[in-house]
Amino acid sequence: MGAPNGSSHISIRGVQKVFRTGGQEVAALKDIDLEIAPGEFVCLLGPSGCGKSTLLNAVAGFSLPTGGTIDILGAPVTEPGPDRGMVFQEYALFPWMTVEQNIAFGLQIKGQSKAAIRAKVDELLTLLHLHDFRKRHPKDLSGGMRQRVAIARVLALDSPIMLMDEPFGALDALTRRNLQDEVLRLWTELKKTILFVTHSIEESLYLADRTVVMTYRPGTVKRDLRITLPRPRDVASAEFNALKKELSQLLMEEQTRHNQDEFRGAAVD
Amino acid sequence: MNSRLWRATSGILVPLAALAFWQLLSSKGWVNAVILPSPMQVLTRWWAYLHPLDPFDPAQGPYWRWLLSGELPQDAMGSLYRVLVGFFIGAGLALPLGLAMGYSKLVYGLFNPLIQVLRPIPPIAYIPLSILWFGLGNPPALFLISIGAFFPVLMNTVTGVQNVDSIYLRVGRNLGASRFTQFTRIILPAATPYIFTGARIGMGTAFIVVIVSEMIAVNNGLGYRILEAREYLWSDKIIAGMFTIGLLGLGIDTVMSRLSARLLRWHRGLEQS
Repeated sequence: MGAPNGSSHISIRGVQKVFRTGGQEVAALKDIDLEIAPGEFVCLLGPSGCGKSTLLNAVAGFSLPTGGTIDILGAPVTEPGPDRGMVFQEYALFPWMTVEQNIAFGLQIKGQSKAAIRAKVDELLTLLHLHDFRKRHPKDLSGGMRQRVAIARVLALDSPIMLMDEPFGALDALTRRNLQDEVLRLWTELKKTILFVTHSIEESLYLADRTVVMTYRPGTVKRDLRITLPRPRDVASAEFNALKKELSQLLMEEQTRHNQDEFRGAAVD
Repeated sequence: MNSRLWRATSGILVPLAALAFWQLLSSKGWVNAVILPSPMQVLTRWWAYLHPLDPFDPAQGPYWRWLLSGELPQDAMGSLYRVLVGFFIGAGLALPLGLAMGYSKLVYGLFNPLIQVLRPIPPIAYIPLSILWFGLGNPPALFLISIGAFFPVLMNTVTGVQNVDSIYLRVGRNLGASRFTQFTRIILPAATPYIFTGARIGMGTAFIVVIVSEMIAVNNGLGYRILEAREYLWSDKIIAGMFTIGLLGLGIDTVMSRLSARLLRWHRGLEQS
């Protein structure tokens, strides 16, 4: 796509987000600066209430920041758009559409020809091993299959950026690993820029080029860690576990603050 | 006892017992036959009611038309026609208004107070006004039936649109859908389970109202026929007419639920997912 050479795909500068609830102001995000390069796989990691999903929603354009700027491919975010497709934890497939209709929906919106849509849908069905399920409705699919369809629906947009909001949070461990491998394969093949929200340390270490650890309210960047372990990563290796321990430490500090807040009855989520 | 045999036969036990009791009442002469005729007498009357009045004559038209020329088929078709036309008028007005009220807070705010005042008025209460406005015949009947169908369809459509899960709308915006596409491809299908429920309730109400309206404003149809039979003290014909009404109502409801089950195949069991 037409990304300016060498510049960031996602550029987050001085982003603030203040929520007003019942006359009180809660700072969800404070002074976030992040530059995400083309083709980079970045995980946002933090305890609940750290604002990682708030930040993702701001990038997606669902809920704009109250301060600072977010640029996508060099242009400021003003609304949601198909240049950054999002995969949701709740799958959010349209239950009245079949698998292939779900995948085709974004292409129909773009106004592509029937033949082009058909070819693209076929390609994606193959890519995500969904061929045998094309005529099924979401209710007849397992959680893992549903998430494959949701990923295919976003890939259909051919957008350079993919946003993922705890996409595998509701899946069992085996399906989860399976889909993580799938996402890594797609990312390598299709060279997407991925911003991926998770609360799992292991998931972030298994997937990401960079893991951005966020602080508990207000959400700030606590640590921006580059992970250079070669892929496929061995979750049992000493290096992996050393990093896991380091991130655990960071996360526990934030979790403690979250707990203290909760004991005071101040946590709102 | 063989459970399959039991399942196949258990459903007819109570009806058979009721029939036997009814037969006993009549054959023992415990009840005056004018008040309660015997089952056999009702069945005979039913057959006569169903049967064509004139012998078959190929010159008059095809056989199936002759078969339907009896009083009962004519009445049933008259009632069915009024139910369907009245329902489509009522539902046809309720659907767009309901969609607009569910989608737009402004439209909701404008119409809701009036709707809330009119909704509790039973369609039956419109009878005097309907005759005053439309006279006798089909027009007042269709007016009453459409009112009966209007409110259930309206209320359910409003609820259906208001309850569309916001995540679907977020996906739509994320994929770049225009407001029009959001409405036609997301909001409308997401609201169909509610709309169908409303249609089924509305059809049920329409069926009640058609019988009542035929009793007061129309001179054919099943409602008219059983009231007419009372004037001649034909209790067997009244009961035959009532069973016909029951079967027709059952038929309409079965068609409605089959139709919605078929069109909402995607929806079944969705709550558990």
